Amino acid sequence: MSWLQDMLISPFADFAFMRRALVGCLALALGSAPVGLFLVMRRMSLMGDAMSHAVLPGAAVAYLLAGLSLPAMSLGGFVAGVLVAVLAGLATRYTEVKEDASFAAFYLLSLSLGVLLVSKSGSNVDLMHLLFGSVLAVDDAALLLVAGVATFTLLVLAVIYRPLLLESLDPVFMRAIGARGGIWHMLFLLLVVLNLVAGFQALGTLMSVGLMMLPAIASRLWAASVGGMLLTSFAIAALSGVGGLLLSYHYELPSGPAIILLAGLVYLLSLLFAPQGGLLPRLVRARHFTN
Amino acid sequence: MIELDNLTVSYQRHPAVHHVSGRFAAATATAIFGPNGAGKSTLLKTIMGALKPDSGQVAFKGISRRDLAYLPQQSEIDRSLPVSVIDLVSSGHWRQSGLFGQVGRGHDEASWDALVAVGLEDFATRPVSALSSGQFQRVLFARILVQDARLIMLDEPFNAVDARTTQDLLQLVARWQQEGRTVIAVLHDIAQVRSHFPQTLLMAREVIAWGDTAAVLTQERLRQASETAAHWLARAPLCQVDGEGV
Repeated sequence: MSWLQDMLISPFADFAFMRRALVGCLALALGSAPVGLFLVMRRMSLMGDAMSHAVLPGAAVAYLLAGLSLPAMSLGGFVAGVLVAVLAGLATRYTEVKEDASFAAFYLLSLSLGVLLVSKSGSNVDLMHLLFGSVLAVDDAALLLVAGVATFTLLVLAVIYRPLLLESLDPVFMRAIGARGGIWHMLFLLLVVLNLVAGFQALGTLMSVGLMMLPAIASRLWAASVGGMLLTSFAIAALSGVGGLLLSYHYELPSGPAIILLAGLVYLLSLLFAPQGGLLPRLVRARHFTN
Repeated sequence: MIELDNLTVSYQRHPAVHHVSGRFAAATATAIFGPNGAGKSTLLKTIMGALKPDSGQVAFKGISRRDLAYLPQQSEIDRSLPVSVIDLVSSGHWRQSGLFGQVGRGHDEASWDALVAVGLEDFATRPVSALSSGQFQRVLFARILVQDARLIMLDEPFNAVDARTTQDLLQLVARWQQEGRTVIAVLHDIAQVRSHFPQTLLMAREVIAWGDTAAVLTQERLRQASETAAHWLARAPLCQVDGEGV
């Protein structure tokens, strides 16, 4: 019993930085998991990755201008991400280029511009910090940002849930009934960017994509309804957050990769054992009905 | 109801719908008939607002653009999403429920009645991924029932649908006419058109004939339609109908 307490409770009870990290991870999971789920359902799983690259240069430029300031870097990342999302969205809407292709084009533009700016004007050692973050160094400002973004995300998703889901399911129907699918889509992309930016300090841009996508992808293998998938993806994200922090504490591992690897492990196990299309349950042939 | 005024819609400057004028009679069923490439689907998509005309216009008279149900030739519904049959049918309540509106008991009953009307009440809770294409077409008809729209446009609704299902769904078309709704359907089965559609638009990019089905579907005009559609030039001269070509 006391061993369990030492393993699971004490790290958080004894150290303020662990409590902060815990709150940060849970808040991040709360916002990112549903956003990731909609990305998966809209067949945009790779878009999160593209957007994380698009965000990076904006943050780098802000770093060059304002130094290592979280508000500035978050704002810079947000602006760059939204810019890429809007430009790619416009290109998709008004030209023949498909959405995935125009996102690829604009994030590459953004990324190369960012790398150019950084390499022209100083060290890129600090860029590593941006890429990989550190949840154990989360301060109050960062915590407020993460919590605020999670709150905003859940509120907006509650409002646009129905049109967003219907647009993922049947875009032609949305068009026929004159419900503007484009607005919900842009609002949703805004949420994607916001959540990536929120994950900056805690996990770094690359890792926050992991917390967004891995639980969402795994959840499809467990639940047979959208509501069930939402709950499952949040549960997996939260579990990975807590578990990853504990692993990182006990075995002195970097926290970001520990969290994402744990989420990845859950995904791999889901591939094997999950009831809705996992490998092993498919091998078990239940007896069929008469009709 | 729906009036077309000198409507031209092109793909890369080659018109698929060419200077089409006329009006769809209200509260009856009009079949759009013609060979492949005659611009039938293009016409429906233009009325629906998904394609922009090169010139001319579609006028909605005495009916809102939103009071329209449209069944595309190939549904783009992502059937891999975990959505049940009854949920998909209920999405037809959008016009009343909108963004936040509750889908109340009255709506639920309407969804259920629609499923009964297409004979799929036992499938209500199954996922849409578990349906055959004929069953799925019945579900889409149920959603149209729920939509309660005054204008219903169907693009080749009976492709890959067996005789029994086609008969059941054609009865719904007849019911819609009795209820005073306007139905416009692209069809390829001339017997279906003759038996269920009082009006016909025979087209081959241009209007060949438009009016009472019996008067439109003559041997002579059908031959004329297929010859017009077959007439395609890789380098067609510019059209001069609207005056000077640009």
